Amino acid sequence: MSIDPKPNRQPEIGAFFQRDRSWHPPAYTPGYKTSVLRSPQKALLSLDTTISEITGPVFGHGMLGELDNDLIHNFAQPGESAIGERIIVYGRVLDERGKGVPGALLEFWQANAGGRYRHKKEGYIAALDPNFGGCGRTITGEDGSYAFRTIKPGPYPWPNGVNDWRPAHIHFSVFGHGFAQRLITQMYFEGDPLIWLCPIVRTIPDRAAVETLIAALDMQSTIPMDARAYKFDIVLRGRRSSVFENRLEGN
Amino acid sequence: MVQSLNRLRESPSQTAGPYVHIGLTPNFCGIAGVFEKDLGTEMVNDKTKGERITVRARVLDGTGTPLKDALIEIWQADAAGLYNSPTEIRGAADPNFTGWGRMPTDMVSGECLFETIKPGRVPYKPGLLMAPHITFWIVARGINLGLQTRMYFADEEQANAEDPVLARIEHRSRVPTLIASRQDDVYVFDIHLQGDNETVFFDV
Repeated sequence: MSIDPKPNRQPEIGAFFQRDRSWHPPAYTPGYKTSVLRSPQKALLSLDTTISEITGPVFGHGMLGELDNDLIHNFAQPGESAIGERIIVYGRVLDERGKGVPGALLEFWQANAGGRYRHKKEGYIAALDPNFGGCGRTITGEDGSYAFRTIKPGPYPWPNGVNDWRPAHIHFSVFGHGFAQRLITQMYFEGDPLIWLCPIVRTIPDRAAVETLIAALDMQSTIPMDARAYKFDIVLRGRRSSVFENRLEGN
Repeated sequence: MVQSLNRLRESPSQTAGPYVHIGLTPNFCGIAGVFEKDLGTEMVNDKTKGERITVRARVLDGTGTPLKDALIEIWQADAAGLYNSPTEIRGAADPNFTGWGRMPTDMVSGECLFETIKPGRVPYKPGLLMAPHITFWIVARGINLGLQTRMYFADEEQANAEDPVLARIEHRSRVPTLIASRQDDVYVFDIHLQGDNETVFFDV
């Protein structure tokens, strides 16, 4: 890990807003069977963020390779490319105050155009694409913006109910500026009828919350004769101003 | 009507799923050549200050079976009690210690090993120290929102006894779920998702 401090930017050190757990899926969601034995049942210990969660690792742009944000090419043989609908996914990482989050590491992974993952635990009969690995990463710019190229993943069946299918989706892992902001979520695609049938989507209680995970088709950002664009913003926890906080200097 | 606070809401979490390795530890699951190495596998180097330790962690489900598809990240202070983070304003942390580790649990044994150092104490509030601890974040198939907890050290009895976070745990019989036992240079930390020994998880 390379640290890439921005000396001209004063770090914010305030505690994070309390997480609204009614907006997130609860731990126990029997429609998604695997959660039944993996869900804590006792009350969580609630406390204001301490320095152990206000701090967090930061990743420098220097760690990125040229093709890290191009899933069409980063696993392909020279001169070849992944099969599928070419798309650009772009957006911003913001916090709950609406501020862009610069320097946020985004890691993403997905199935190929046929809905098949490159993983030994994967059992779906759809074909592997020899030119598609399925992983990529990028770091947000000063305004929290990011973009990457990929192919649109396919939907796929999974063992839960007898006939459950995942809507097309891309997994996102996000680091903000504090470990308390650590988040994994999934991006869905506008217009996919499978979204509202999916037991994993339906772990989220509020339809309005689900809608914030559906990327919008953006024909203005689409590159003619090349790739359609989908916009996907991600919101991380906000933080208080540290002006009124007890500062931890001098301990 | 009153003025709007103009707040956004945090993106809702979704499970990391069974294929989390593809994105976060691709080399571990056989996707070579995209990233040079998996992030978070090397926390220390030969210049890192502090006592070298190994943390052996497992995550167990409600039947006591170790999860073979979990991913654990840890975050901790250096030996002097400073975090390697731009948000750390008390001083400069050891540049040879990242403080952050990431490991998948083994697909056969369910164990994962972190090679790290024992952290120093960090303040809770001015003048009040916490006991040495490591923050854990656990994701897996079947976990809808990443679970956060802490590991404390069994050989820090005095510091643990005065730790203000451990003191917040109402049922004292649950405190030991956060304390790793020492076997030679290895601290053993089992995280129980359910049952009588369910680990204390944090809403922090």
